[in-house]
Amino acid sequence: NLSLFTTKAIIILDTEGKKIVSKYYDNKVVKDQKVFEKQLYDKTKRQNSEIIMFDGHVVVYKNSIDVNFYLIGSSEENELILSAILQTFFDALSILLKTQVEKRSIMDNMDLIFLALDETISDGILLESDPSIIASRVSKRPEDGLQSGTYSNIPLSEQTISQAIQTAKEQIAKSLLK
Amino acid sequence: MKKDDEQYGDGIFSSCDKSVTLQEAKAFNETPINPRKCRQMVYLVIKELSNIAEDVIMVTSSLTKDMNAKSDVVYRANAIRALCKITDGTMLQSIERFLKQAIVDKNPSVSSAALVSSLNLFSQTPQTKEVVKRWVNEVQEAINAKGVITQYHALGLIYQIKQHDRMAVTKLVQNYSKGSGLKSSFAHCMLVRYLAKIISDDENDNSGSRAMFDLLESWLRHKNDMVVYEAARAICTLPNVSQKELFPAVSALQLMLLNTKPTLRFAAIRTLNKLALSHPVAVWPCNLDMENLITDSNRSIATFAITTLLKTGTEASVDRLMKQITGFMSEISDEFKVIVIDAIRSLCLKFPSKQSLMLNFLSNVLRDEGGYEYKRAIVEAIFDIIYHVPDSKEYALGHLCEFIEDCEFPKLAVRILHLIGTEGPKTAQPGKYIRYIYNRVILENATIRAAAVSSLAKFAFKCENLKPRIKVLLQRCLDDSDDEVRDRAAMYLKVLENNEMSIKYVGDDTSYSWPALERNILNYINDTEAHLEPFDITSTPIVTKAQEEGERLRIKANAQEAIAQGPGKSKITPTSSAPAGSAPAVENVDLQTRYRMEMESIPALAVLGSLFKSSKVVELTESETEYVVGCIKHVYDKHIVFQFNCKNTISEFQLDNVFVQMALQPEEEEEVGLRFKFQLNVPKLQFDKVESFYSCWEIVGSNGSPQASFSNTLRFLVKEFDINSGEVDEEGYEDEYLLEDVDVTLADYFQPLYLSDFRKSWEEAGSQNEVIETYSLTAVQSIKAAVSTVIDLLGMQPNEQTQHVKEKATTHTLILSGTYFIGLINCFVRCRCAFDPSSGVTMELTARSNNRNVNEKIVNCIS
Repeated sequence: NLSLFTTKAIIILDTEGKKIVSKYYDNKVVKDQKVFEKQLYDKTKRQNSEIIMFDGHVVVYKNSIDVNFYLIGSSEENELILSAILQTFFDALSILLKTQVEKRSIMDNMDLIFLALDETISDGILLESDPSIIASRVSKRPEDGLQSGTYSNIPLSEQTISQAIQTAKEQIAKSLLK
Repeated sequence: MKKDDEQYGDGIFSSCDKSVTLQEAKAFNETPINPRKCRQMVYLVIKELSNIAEDVIMVTSSLTKDMNAKSDVVYRANAIRALCKITDGTMLQSIERFLKQAIVDKNPSVSSAALVSSLNLFSQTPQTKEVVKRWVNEVQEAINAKGVITQYHALGLIYQIKQHDRMAVTKLVQNYSKGSGLKSSFAHCMLVRYLAKIISDDENDNSGSRAMFDLLESWLRHKNDMVVYEAARAICTLPNVSQKELFPAVSALQLMLLNTKPTLRFAAIRTLNKLALSHPVAVWPCNLDMENLITDSNRSIATFAITTLLKTGTEASVDRLMKQITGFMSEISDEFKVIVIDAIRSLCLKFPSKQSLMLNFLSNVLRDEGGYEYKRAIVEAIFDIIYHVPDSKEYALGHLCEFIEDCEFPKLAVRILHLIGTEGPKTAQPGKYIRYIYNRVILENATIRAAAVSSLAKFAFKCENLKPRIKVLLQRCLDDSDDEVRDRAAMYLKVLENNEMSIKYVGDDTSYSWPALERNILNYINDTEAHLEPFDITSTPIVTKAQEEGERLRIKANAQEAIAQGPGKSKITPTSSAPAGSAPAVENVDLQTRYRMEMESIPALAVLGSLFKSSKVVELTESETEYVVGCIKHVYDKHIVFQFNCKNTISEFQLDNVFVQMALQPEEEEEVGLRFKFQLNVPKLQFDKVESFYSCWEIVGSNGSPQASFSNTLRFLVKEFDINSGEVDEEGYEDEYLLEDVDVTLADYFQPLYLSDFRKSWEEAGSQNEVIETYSLTAVQSIKAAVSTVIDLLGMQPNEQTQHVKEKATTHTLILSGTYFIGLINCFVRCRCAFDPSSGVTMELTARSNNRNVNEKIVNCIS
C-alpha cells in the first residue's frame, strides 16, 4: 500500500455489541455493516486482547469501561500503524471528555466525538497524530472562538447581542479615528 | 450559511444517522451559541451530505470565503476539506490558487487539510489529477514544514505525483531518510515502502540495489517500533532475498516476539508466518520463541505460532510439536482449528515417515466435538495423505471406517464411502471393509445407504472373490424403503452379471467437468427456447479422475500462492478496475473459469469450441497513457482469440468503433500458419470505462502450433464529449494509436499440468517416443537464468519445487509437466543443467509423451 489510506472503518460499540458510533471510509469493504459489527463483537468480547484478523481485515481494538473501540485496516497494513491511530483517537477523547471514556460521557458529548473523529481521520487518511492538537481543535473553551479580532469574522446574524454591540463599538471607533 | 444548509438539509436528515441529527439540533440550540463549534459541525454535515445532496454546490461561495479568512481561525482547515469534498474538475480550476496557498500556509492544520484534500482529488478523476500535479512545488515546500504530520501528508502526495519517475523517487527517499528532516514515524514508514518498491522493481539489475538495501536495513535501528517493523517486513517480502539479508530483519522480529504488547507479537508472528512459506530456514532461529507463543492468550498469535512452527519444523521436532498441539486444540475456535489442520496436512506431505503420528492425531481430533467445516478439513487432510503417502492407505482407511460408524454429517459420510469404494479394493484385504459399509446400509438415512450400495458394487467389480457375498448383500437392499437405494441395488445386480457393462458403469472413473456441467445446465434452464430440445450432455467435457485431481491441486496451489503474496500487483482485468489493496486474493484463483464464461456468452466465440488456455494479461501500453490496453491470448483447438481490454482515460473523448488492427510480421499468413478470421469491435468506449474486444485467428497449415509476432494498432473514431452536459459531438474523426507487439509462443499451447508424482508419470510415459537435445548456452550467465527461461518458453508446470535454484549452483535438474492443446497430450520434460564459468550453461532437454512430434517441438523450444 503506497498511498496514505490506512483506515477502512472505525467503530465504537457498547458492552452489548450495539453501535454507538461507526464510520466507514471504504464502503466496499463490508457488505452488511450491522452483521459485520455483530460478528466482530461476538468474536472479540471474550478475548481481552487488542488485535485480531477478522474477515480478511486486521482489526485493532481497545476496551474502556463499557465501550469498545475498533479500527479496521487492510490485511496488508502495518499493524503498529493501525494501533497508533486508534490510540491517538482514544487519547484525544480522553482529553476532551475530561472524565473517563465511557458510554455515558460519549453519549453526552456526541458532538465532540464526531468532531474529534473528523479531525483524526479524513477519508481514511490519518489527519493528525498528536492527540493534544486534535483536542485543541475541537475543544469547547469559549475564549478560543471569542478572542478579540475574530468577532468581525462571525456573520452578524450569528452574533449574540453583547457581541454585536462590541462589534458596533469597534466599527464606530474605527470610523471616528479616520 | 447555516440557514441555507438547514433548509435543504431538512428532508435528508431523516435518512442520516439518528445520533448526528440529535446532536446537530442540540449544538445549534445552545445559548449562548458557540459559533465555532456550529461551523465545524456544519462542515461535517456538508461532507456527510455531499454524496446524496445535489445542491451542495450552493455553499461553495460561503466555504471559499471561510477558507480565505485572514486570521488564524480554527475553521479554515475544516472549510478547505469541506470545499474540496464537494468540488469537481471544473470548479477546482477556480479555487486552485487558494489551495496552492493553503498548502504552504504556516498553520500546519491548514496545510495538512489542503494536502489531504489534494490526495483525494488526485485519485478522483484524471482531470483533477492533472490539476493537482501542477502543485508539485508547493507540496515539495510543505515537506519541510514544521508540522510533524504535515510532512507525512506532503510526502504521500509528492510520491503520488512522482511515482512513475524512478530517479525522482530514489532521490526523495535518499534525501529524507538521513538526518532529522522528517519527524513523523508515519512518514518514515512510507519512505520504507517507497524504497522497498524501488528495490523490487530493480530486481533484475543488481548493481545499484546494494546501497539501497543497506539504507533499508538501517531503518531496522530506528527508535520507533513502527518503523523497525515496517523495514523488517519490507525486507522479508523482497523478491530473491538471500538468507544473509534476511538475518537482521528476522532478529528484529524475534525481539518483537518477546514484547509485552500483543499487537507487536501479532505483527511479528504474522510476518514470520508468511516468510516461513518461502524461506523456512531463515525462520529457524525463532523456533524456540515461537514455541512459547503457543500458549499466548491471544489465540490469533498462538495459531500463527503453531502454523509457522509446522512450516519450519524439522523432522526431529515434529513429535514434540504434535504433543503441544494436542493440548492446545480444545481451547481454540473451529476457525483456527481448520488453519492448524491445514498446516498439519502439509507437514505430513513433507515428512511422509511421520504419517502414522499425524494420522493418529487426525483421527483423534476427528472424534472430538466440532462443526462441519472443521470435520471437513480433517477428512480432506486424510484424503490428501491417502493420495500422496501410499503407505498410509490401509491405516487411514481404517480410521475413516471408524469415523463413519458415528458421523453426524451425511455429506462427509457419503464422501468417505465413495473413497473407500475406490481405494479399498486396492488394499491387501479388501474384505474387511465390507462390514463397515454394510453397517451403513442398515443404520443410516437414504442418502448414505445409496452411497454405501454404490461403494459395495465397486468392491464386487474389482474383487472377484468377494462378488458372490456382495451380491447377497445387494439382494437384501432390494427390499429397502427408499427408491434410490432399491434402484441402485437393482442396477448393480444386473450390471455385475455382465462384464462389459460392469466396466462401463462401475469401472469407469471419468466424470463430467462439474463447473462446466453446472454452467451448461444453468444456461439451459435460463433459455426457455432451448427447452423444446432435451438437454445435450455431450457439450460438457468429460474429465478423468487424474485431470480432476490436477485441477483441484492447481486451484489449491494458486490459493496458497495468493495467500503468500497477498494481493499482487493489480493489472487491468476485464470487469474490474481493481481498487488498490482491496482486491480479494480469491478472485485471482479462477480467472480461467471467468474468461471461459465471458467468452461463451459471446455467440461468435462460443462456436469455437472449448477454451484450452488463456494467457496472463500482456500490457501493450504504459499504465499512464491516454488509452491503456492489455491483451490476453485465448487458445482454442483450431483458433487463437486475442482479447484486448482497453480503458479510455480522456474525459473529453468518447471512442467509437474501437478495434485493434493486428498485422503479422514479417512473414506471410500462410507460412506462419495463422489466418485472420474475424474481429469484434466495441461500438462505444466512454471515459473511464474498460471494454473488451476480440480478434480471432484460425490455425491453418501443418505446423499445428504456429509461433508468430504481431504488430498492433488501436483504431477508433474520436468524438468530443462534454463531461458536464453529457452530450456527444456527432462529428468524429478517425485516429489510431500504436501499441506494443504481441508474440504467440510455444508456451501458449501448453497448459501447466499439476502432478502428485512426477517420477511415476515419467516412468509410465516411457522412453519409446523420447527426444533428447543438448544445448550449449554460452551467453547465459547462471543456471537460475537458464531455468527461468525454459519455464517461460514452455509455459509448463515446474514440479517438486525444481524451479527454485540455489545461489551459485553448478548443476540443477528442472522437471516440468504440461498438456499440449491438440489431443490433450500430457508431456513430461526433464531439463538438466550444468554451469561452468568458462563455457556458460550446458543444458540437456528430454521430453516424453505419447507423441514424438510434440516432443520434438518441446526440445526445439530453444533457438
